[in-house]
Amino acid sequence: MSHTETEIPTPKTNPTQEPEVLKAERSNLGMLRPDHNKSVIIDWLTTVDHKKIGIMYGAIALFFLLVGGLEALIIRTQLAVPENDLISAQRYNQLFTMHGTTMIFLAVMPLNAAFFNFLVPLQIGARDVAFPRINSLSLWTFVAGAIVINFGWLLQALEVMGLFEAKGATAGMTDLVPAGGWFGYAPLTSTDFSGAGTDFWIMGLQILGIASLSASMNFIVTIINMRAPGMKMMRLPVFTWMTLVTSLLIVFAFPAITVALGQLMFDRVWNTNFFNVAGGGQPILWQHLFWIFGHPEVYILVLPAMGMISEVLPTFSKKPLFGYSIVVFSGAVIGFLGFAVWSHHMFTTGLGKVATAAFSLLTMAIAVPTGVKIFNWVGTLWGGRVRFSAPMIFALGFVWMFMMGGFSGIMHAAAPADAQQQDSYFVIAHFHYVIMGGIFLALVSGIYYWMPKVFGKMWVGNLSTWVAVLVVVGLNVTFFPMHFLGLLGMPRRTHTYLEGFGWETYNMVCTIGAYVLAVGILLLLVDMVRCIRKGTPAGNDPWNARTLEWSTTSPPQAYNFAKTPVIPARDALWEHKYGPENRRITYEEDHGHGVHMPSQSWMPLIASIGFIPLGLGMSMMQAGVPFMGYVAIFGLVVVCVGLALWALEGPGGYHLHPEEG
Amino acid sequence: MSNTADHADSHSSLVVDNKKLLMWLFLGSDCMFFGTLISTHLIYRKLYPDSFEPTTLFSLELTSFSTFILLMSSFLMALAVSAMHKGQLKSFRRNTLGVIFFGLIFLGCQVYEFAHFVHEDLTLQTNTFGSTFYMMTGTHGVHVAIGIFWLICMYFYSHTGKMDAHESAVDVEVAGLYWHFVDIVWIVIFTAVYLVEFIPEI
Ligand code: HEM
Ligand SMILES: [Cu+2]
Repeated sequence: MSHTETEIPTPKTNPTQEPEVLKAERSNLGMLRPDHNKSVIIDWLTTVDHKKIGIMYGAIALFFLLVGGLEALIIRTQLAVPENDLISAQRYNQLFTMHGTTMIFLAVMPLNAAFFNFLVPLQIGARDVAFPRINSLSLWTFVAGAIVINFGWLLQALEVMGLFEAKGATAGMTDLVPAGGWFGYAPLTSTDFSGAGTDFWIMGLQILGIASLSASMNFIVTIINMRAPGMKMMRLPVFTWMTLVTSLLIVFAFPAITVALGQLMFDRVWNTNFFNVAGGGQPILWQHLFWIFGHPEVYILVLPAMGMISEVLPTFSKKPLFGYSIVVFSGAVIGFLGFAVWSHHMFTTGLGKVATAAFSLLTMAIAVPTGVKIFNWVGTLWGGRVRFSAPMIFALGFVWMFMMGGFSGIMHAAAPADAQQQDSYFVIAHFHYVIMGGIFLALVSGIYYWMPKVFGKMWVGNLSTWVAVLVVVGLNVTFFPMHFLGLLGMPRRTHTYLEGFGWETYNMVCTIGAYVLAVGILLLLVDMVRCIRKGTPAGNDPWNARTLEWSTTSPPQAYNFAKTPVIPARDALWEHKYGPENRRITYEEDHGHGVHMPSQSWMPLIASIGFIPLGLGMSMMQAGVPFMGYVAIFGLVVVCVGLALWALEGPGGYHLHPEEG
Repeated sequence: MSNTADHADSHSSLVVDNKKLLMWLFLGSDCMFFGTLISTHLIYRKLYPDSFEPTTLFSLELTSFSTFILLMSSFLMALAVSAMHKGQLKSFRRNTLGVIFFGLIFLGCQVYEFAHFVHEDLTLQTNTFGSTFYMMTGTHGVHVAIGIFWLICMYFYSHTGKMDAHESAVDVEVAGLYWHFVDIVWIVIFTAVYLVEFIPEI
């Protein structure tokens, strides 16, 4: 290994000179692999490129952000005035359930996954993730789960038009969309109280779980095994660190909900007694199992956001992150403690004094590493040369808004206080501050920061200022009054309320805020489209950034790095640009070997598509739709055939020879 | 499998092979999975101590026998892995067949046990004991069945001549990790669900 070159090798982009034409090879099964395909659609459907997969995750997540947002607007419109009858109570239940489920599982988690996919291999100097085909499976399985969980809307529309009626085990039930809340408490989800909607919810979440688990395991292996030479763990960018912690949380937290959903399915399909009170089942068991998953889940949502902020703040303060190792360590502590606080969602169920006190203390304890991070971020700003570019504005918004959510969190960490706040709008205010004010702002900051890398285009104009104003004003106007509503006793999840409790004005204000917020989000999308359409070339490093992904081209070539970088320090690119001679990034000589690329494949797509009939068949069987058992079996067969062919076709692969300029 | 991918993942600090690490992570996740199933069973067992008397139904002889068989299958699995590492294809096949055979005996015992219990009126629906017991042991049985299927595939694959020494040794080792894990889970179930029921009341 000779590390001679110190110039960053950028591949020549010479449009006049066509690169050598690569031909697809045959797989071990004798079929032509879909490599180098002329059709753009086939290319994207079969891609194993983490960057394309990331872009698709992002696009689909943004679509579901709009769907979830639309659901929220309908909810807020219904609540704008007392005794409104815009929608029925049943439709209201469906809307808040699907709003929560969509936002958490179909918008925020996949948007995080989009960033994991695009950034992690670039940040660690890898060619791709460890298992490119599993990565493709994760994406398409996520799409399958999203379809299954939303399929109820179609069935419900048919029911409203009088074209469908539930028979079988849930005969006469008219709720065909999930309606038990995002945490689906037993026994509301039993066949006595809910129809096919719950079945779609169970199957959809199970399929999404498969997607999340496979993606997480893939990322852990990638981060541990695929780092470029010299990229020691304590040199990893913080975003990559938080990806690692988040993935570990998913690996260890999801099994609890997988089992719980399985038990619920058994209860519904085979009349078992897990949560069935008549047979001795205990609904409280569901709450425990759900929140053992559910609390880690909120950290699964927020840790990537914290990682993004830890990248943006140093770049725009022109300073290294204050206390890198402490930020990493507190992230890990949060992940660990996250498993020990689930019962703070159950203070009012009568856990007993000792348990309540213990969970109360642990919940307060988890605020400590969270607070430590906030101090680190403030410390990063302190004395820095702050540039108020768009990513920075949103990052600063995150620190402030997230803190507000943390404060109300601490408030109901005290069990006696929580007895007043539980199931009221106060809790809604809390988690919307952490999720919208926190995670969402961080994601927008990430979008503004990394879009130039993703598409190679720089933002035009300063629409971002308007987005920032509208979003921050909108979310405060929407969610701040909810604190008061909660303390005034307005319960969450009621489809309407009477006049005279003093809730009218607050509700009206919340609704107006929601529309402001919606305009802000639409403007964000407009800005993104403008950037892609009209943006000027961004260059490798438009922000004068610190981490490795900015050392390659924007957008990065399929192979990421023409030569494997050798990393001498943390903040590798920054040190390369401004550090001493011995901290330069060097590049491994490849001796004409070229870059090994993985082959594209149909198999992950085929296996994932099988999950759709499997999920839909299992769900609609209960509602007495004919032949659904066969449809489910067909789906299972497709999944198995896809996986078998996958194993047999072999990984393949070909070599690219990037020319250097 | 094919060795084209060899140098794909070459750079970096490879400590554990990618596939092995992936399997370890899966097993970590599966630990939580079985942990949840087993605790559900134990919680309900403790909650309703008198609703059902499993000792009247459990046959310690039969289950001890099947447990022993599963343990021995793990032993053969270890031999198969080591044979593959040494490139002894014949010995690998023999041992793998042994694992498959023992696994099938275990499954047979489980099927017999289930049929017997159902005959004695313990079904999924009877009470919480039935629900948790069948779901937990059934899930374990499915794991065993998947393992058997996997090994059968490997057995046939070894006849195609496409196995290459290094890569296939890793693949077999990964299957071995899975098999040993499924075995260990059974030891836990056997202890926590069967054996403790026979501790005489003091
Ligand atoms: C300072 C750290 C935090 C503390 C002490 C805390 C505490 C709590 C407590 C005690 C509850 C239960 C309230 C109740 O139902 O009565 C709660 C609910 C909730 N928290 Fe937090 N929290 C914190 C941070 C977060 C973060 C970072 C997120 C999300 C990323 C989050 C999301 C949620 C959600 C979604 C709920 C409501 C779940 C539901 O009932 O539907 N929290 N929090
Ligand atoms: Cu929580």
